[in-house]
Amino acid sequence: MKIGIVCPYSWDVPGGVQFHIRDLAEHLIRLGHEVSVLAPADEDTPLPPYVVSAGRAVPVPYNGSVARLSFGFLSAARVRRWLHDGTFDVIHIHEPASPSLGLLTCWAAQGPIVATFHTSTARSRAMVAAYPILQHALEKISARIAVSEYARRTLVEHLGGDAVVIPNGVDVDFFARAEPKAEWQGGTIGFIGRIDEPRKGLPVLMKALPKILAELPETRLLVAGRGDEEEAVASLPAEMRSRVEFLGMVSDEDKARLLRSVDVYVAPNTGGESFGIILVEALSAGAPVLASDLDAFAQVLDQGGAGDLFANEDADALATAAVKLLGDADRRAGLSERGSAHVRRFDWSTVGADILAVYETVTDGTTSVAADERSTGLRARFARARD
Amino acid sequence: MVPVAFPPVTVTLIWIAVALFAIGLYLSWTAGRLDRLHARIDAARAALDAQLLRRASVAQELATSNVLDPAASIVLYEAAHAARQAEEEQREVAESDLSQALRAVFGDVDQVEAVREAPGGVEAAEELAQAVRRVPMARRFHNDAVRAARALRRHRKVRLFRLAGHAPFPLAFEMDDEPPVALADRPGS
Repeated sequence: MKIGIVCPYSWDVPGGVQFHIRDLAEHLIRLGHEVSVLAPADEDTPLPPYVVSAGRAVPVPYNGSVARLSFGFLSAARVRRWLHDGTFDVIHIHEPASPSLGLLTCWAAQGPIVATFHTSTARSRAMVAAYPILQHALEKISARIAVSEYARRTLVEHLGGDAVVIPNGVDVDFFARAEPKAEWQGGTIGFIGRIDEPRKGLPVLMKALPKILAELPETRLLVAGRGDEEEAVASLPAEMRSRVEFLGMVSDEDKARLLRSVDVYVAPNTGGESFGIILVEALSAGAPVLASDLDAFAQVLDQGGAGDLFANEDADALATAAVKLLGDADRRAGLSERGSAHVRRFDWSTVGADILAVYETVTDGTTSVAADERSTGLRARFARARD
Repeated sequence: MVPVAFPPVTVTLIWIAVALFAIGLYLSWTAGRLDRLHARIDAARAALDAQLLRRASVAQELATSNVLDPAASIVLYEAAHAARQAEEEQREVAESDLSQALRAVFGDVDQVEAVREAPGGVEAAEELAQAVRRVPMARRFHNDAVRAARALRRHRKVRLFRLAGHAPFPLAFEMDDEPPVALADRPGS
């Protein structure tokens, strides 16, 4: 099958959506499909052979932060050319509602279009205002995928219609086979995520730490992620600061080893999560997981079956749950075992098969993807001639 | 000063012509949109039919394969046969019945294992698992297209100018498509 995948965010900047697309593309290529990924990228970035650059992404303020997006005349022309040259059986757009390549492709293409909605933040104002513009482009999508039941609900509320739920994929064996590191073992709690992003929940964990240390003084907290380390421990009493170790940004290998080593992995995120790939990675590594009870997290953890949940933003509840888990080796072993079995459904072998099933469903009984000449006839031809 | 002075009547006529042209353009664009949505429904419906037929075929094959006990075979055969033969108006009910029969027969992991152990059973079980998972998928895509078309067709401009032509008002395909747990152990969907 010839598959075109559209990435809305700059390939140069690491991010969840980009990693997902990279892994999906490589998985599909291994299965023998022809895959081309269209993504914004700087001219001098080395790109894997299956990625086509759509030009530089421009940093613009969008949705409360600065996002690097691609739009405008040149990008639209590149999209058309890619569609024209690719002759794809199906195209798979990610984040079609963000003002970037995904939306442009929706606008410019016709034929079987699959779209994955990743985020589920309730940005109702922008959605409502942009609705008439979006509607016309989104109508062309033949199949929608949401990454979690939660993301699907938000999608239904904001845009109407329906979607199938296919979770994000993880290479489970990569994490399951990682070698634990001795210095990270023995009464350790793990945390991975941006230190200075409050929604990742490190402040909640810091508030709970004194209580955990009061019960189990030998506990260590290992923090991997970018951010101001001084500021992160500012709320802790001075004598406890030595129990926190900052590892900075870690490589994928070290991340896997860290997750294999820790006694408990804590995800205290306070919101803004539509899936929780890090939990899936922790489960893959066999780490007992303790997470806040966000909708998305509860779903990944099988409503508490594959990992413990605590009341969101409640530091006391976190401390109690962590102490209980750290003191009970049997329970940890049980969680680890159930987690490892549960996480198989997030492996690329399963997720990839589901995504392919969607491709096959939408290509049943239709022709291949083509540039949509009907809506933008003259202008489109002019644009292609110019590029 | 306007270089060429038209009489006021002509100016008004020109403006009316421009306005009519713009409205016409907009209506033709909307008709194009609607046309595309109808095409999307047709494709989605074809895909859904294909998946339903595939599911009924695999079920019937399994029912006549002597892998299942006689009672289960008859239940499954009946339902699969009825689903394949159903008239358009009875289709939703017949397909729902087949879903129920499949759930009853393959509600147990052991039953699925028994099928897998039979010669050629691994492929048959895999085919059935795929079919029961793809039916809800195809149905969701179909109903999503139907909803989009209905939303547009209810609009005043579409009704007033009869932009939908003679195309029948699209109907969602409503059925019970819950797959048997033992065959589709996946989260969500």
